Amino acid sequence: MNMMTGAGQPQVAALDISKLDVNFTTRRGEVNAVKQLELSVPRGTVLGVVGESGSGKSVSAYAVLQLLEANGRVTGGSICFDGINLLELSSTELKDIRGREIAMIFQNPRAALNPVRSVGRQIADVLVAHSRVARSQSKAKAVELLQQVEIRDAESRYHAYPFELSGGMCQRVGIALALACEPRLLIADEPTTGLDITTQNSVMELMMTLVRQRQMSAILITHDLALASAYCDEVVVMRDGRRIESGRPEQLFNHPVDAYTRKLVDATPHKGKSVRQLLPAAQQQSAVVKAAPGEVVLSVKHLAREFRSASGTVQAVKDLSFDLRKGECLGLVGESGSGKSTTALMVARLLDTSAGSIQLFGDNPQEYVDIATIPSAKFMRHDQRARVQMVFQDAGDSIDPRHTAFQAIEQPLRGLTRQGRAQRRARVAELADLVGLPQHLLNRFPHQLSGGQRARVNIARAVAVSPDVLVLDEPTAALDVSIQAVVLNLLADLQAQLGLSYLFISHDLYVVRMLCDRVMVMCNGEVVESGDTGQVMNSPVHAYTRQLLSAMPALPGVDEATDAARSNRLRPPSLRL
Amino acid sequence: MFTATGDTLSDAINPVIKRSNDDYGCKRAVMLLRRILQSLPVVAGVVLVSFLLTRALPGDPAVYFAGPAASEESIAEITRALGLDKPLPVQFALYVQDLFQGDLGQSLSTGQPVLSDLARRLPASLELTLFALLLSCAIAVPLGIAAATRPGSWRDHLCRIVVTAGVSLPTFFTGIVLIYVFYYLLGWAPSPLGRLDFLYIEPDHVTGFYLIDSILAGDVETFAGTLKQLLLPACTLALFTLAPIARMTRASMLAALSADYVRTARALGHSDRTVIFTYAFRNAMLSVVTTLGMVFSFALGANVLVEKVFAWPGIGSYAVEAQVVSDYAAVQGFVLAMALLFVALNLLIDIIASLIDPRMQLGEDT
Repeated sequence: MNMMTGAGQPQVAALDISKLDVNFTTRRGEVNAVKQLELSVPRGTVLGVVGESGSGKSVSAYAVLQLLEANGRVTGGSICFDGINLLELSSTELKDIRGREIAMIFQNPRAALNPVRSVGRQIADVLVAHSRVARSQSKAKAVELLQQVEIRDAESRYHAYPFELSGGMCQRVGIALALACEPRLLIADEPTTGLDITTQNSVMELMMTLVRQRQMSAILITHDLALASAYCDEVVVMRDGRRIESGRPEQLFNHPVDAYTRKLVDATPHKGKSVRQLLPAAQQQSAVVKAAPGEVVLSVKHLAREFRSASGTVQAVKDLSFDLRKGECLGLVGESGSGKSTTALMVARLLDTSAGSIQLFGDNPQEYVDIATIPSAKFMRHDQRARVQMVFQDAGDSIDPRHTAFQAIEQPLRGLTRQGRAQRRARVAELADLVGLPQHLLNRFPHQLSGGQRARVNIARAVAVSPDVLVLDEPTAALDVSIQAVVLNLLADLQAQLGLSYLFISHDLYVVRMLCDRVMVMCNGEVVESGDTGQVMNSPVHAYTRQLLSAMPALPGVDEATDAARSNRLRPPSLRL
Repeated sequence: MFTATGDTLSDAINPVIKRSNDDYGCKRAVMLLRRILQSLPVVAGVVLVSFLLTRALPGDPAVYFAGPAASEESIAEITRALGLDKPLPVQFALYVQDLFQGDLGQSLSTGQPVLSDLARRLPASLELTLFALLLSCAIAVPLGIAAATRPGSWRDHLCRIVVTAGVSLPTFFTGIVLIYVFYYLLGWAPSPLGRLDFLYIEPDHVTGFYLIDSILAGDVETFAGTLKQLLLPACTLALFTLAPIARMTRASMLAALSADYVRTARALGHSDRTVIFTYAFRNAMLSVVTTLGMVFSFALGANVLVEKVFAWPGIGSYAVEAQVVSDYAAVQGFVLAMALLFVALNLLIDIIASLIDPRMQLGEDT
């Protein structure tokens, strides 16, 4: 039930989008990005718009304020705000609406702020633009706004530039900018994508508290179903520019009507789900049964790394020790700055260590090679290189744009094996089958492949030289949930089939829970907790682990504890204990 | 439950640089000093290379100096007198020793100390180049901005035409065309012979820039005379430097206008003026300033042709004449002066860039 709009009150729409069509002119002709879209935001409520990339959810939001790029235009329909059709306004009238009546919060907060102007002045600019205050008083008001978004030392942070602030702080500034002129409608476009989970939690809490305090209406655009269900009164699912289904979050996610919504809900990782259950029932083929972890393959002892800069020395990784067994998946979780990526790079020998050893065991458990002693610059041509391979985060950026899929997969074979041309060709074909990449796609360049296909190329390249250890650095972070589901299943299959050992780095605790046997939680370069995945996730000991777990938004009806947190969130702040 | 009070762990890990103005100014001074020290090896390198290169070139100054009818003995005598018979390292040591005393040597062709030659001619070149750059910026930057705000419009096409014309017409050609039209046909411009017509008296030497010196002396007529004389060569050079500046302004403005922060500014209801100037242009300025530095460097080099066409008593024509007759001291003095000028220019550009963009820090390699 919604506390803000009582049952008896008439529901007046703050924003009414009807039959909206948006077209983009591209080199390949007209693209219809939004088709006959109907959206309505009742006053004082929060509407969630969810969908995967290319669903048209952001485009429809930009259409509201007519912020579409030069090649995009609204070709039909109406967008009514308070009875005014925004599409019929002149550019001067529109300027008065933007920022003053309807405000937006954007994805990628640091890029959304002017890099060469102090954040305080940017807030002051908005106040002056809408003649809220005179220039002379704008500073005091801007400082006040910074305090409202809970930025400490607001007085001195007024002079800070975006690059001096963390991502979370930049988004707080983004919220201050959007709310400066007390608009009645707030549109938040993926406001916390790319932020750490605890930061996401505090930013969302802050934003929603302010929205409810001011009795504003809001649209939350996100790809994260759990996030939408935690904060929205109603959720609309979009696909290919069309509205697929809508409803209250509990109803929508527990009893989806449309097959696509069902697929999305299934693909969203959450507690108590296995990797197989992410896929639709028909695709949950019986996989190879994973064998129990065997002998130790990789033993890391007292690993440390420090970075020196003008402002001092930073201990990125401190005294880290762990063992990885054959066929085991070890998860490494933590927030940005926790040292997890530094660890990944050191283990993959792309970065030199400051101290410690990385022992790689062969068939004989008594013999090992300490690969930490080999400089990373020379490791490239070392015969141990083939034994440790890495799957990178951004599958698109980590493939040479001038290499075809075939060349990308072939690359490690050329450098690390003595195979001839024909042998390599056969091996690449075999690998493509292994990762489920259709053979005819091997001649394509990265930009001609979809995100999921690029992820497959990336994985095929990593397993090409039959490594023992695979370091995976957030391999699915940039993928849509339905593709993530497929890739995670592929990784699970490969591990069972090839007996690979994974060091799996992720910030997504649900993903780690499904895939990993053991998990280590890192914070400030140190492991604060480690153990069996189930044990760490179900009964965390360390406060930081608990904090991480409680910050994860969950789908409604899945976890009672998070349900309680959710109802607490939806309650107006005044009623909160 | 995790509470939303202020900052999270990642915020705590990356503490914000607390900004105190005193501290900041002091830091900047230290960085500036370090940046100047960094340029010293460059200057030392230039001294050595210019010395070696002038000697590696064919031509014997003694032969030239002795005249066409000189005997073997007189050439040998002059060689001895000039110190050219000594081994190279000794010559270099002597050269450096003189340099430290502020003596750049004697020019063989003019018979004057090189230092006083440069002091007279460098301001002439600088005045021409700076005035031309000012002129070209005044046209190119607004043109570039106008083109970027409306890509595909007539302004954009105008920008493209000007840019193409600017790069494709060589300076000696535009110079001669301008002289033909404005001096010969229309008679608007004075005769293209140097910095000042014979009618005027040179202003007292203060800065060496006639425009400034004549104002300091309160001589309006000389100022007008100088300006008239300066206009044609400056236009020639401006047309040449217009292209890169306009093109860079357009490109960096286009990039800035499609950036996320400009979209934010639009979404907040800022006026077009604020969006274009306060938000987009301040960001685009960085690459424009860097280009300006580059353009200034090659404009000083391109000067030679303009100076020849307009009989401008600048440093470029001086160097060419000196080079032709193997006038070692003059050539070395010229190269050294240019090197120092470039070092100073780069320093200036770095300082301006760090003022525009707070992310740039002086003295740190980026």
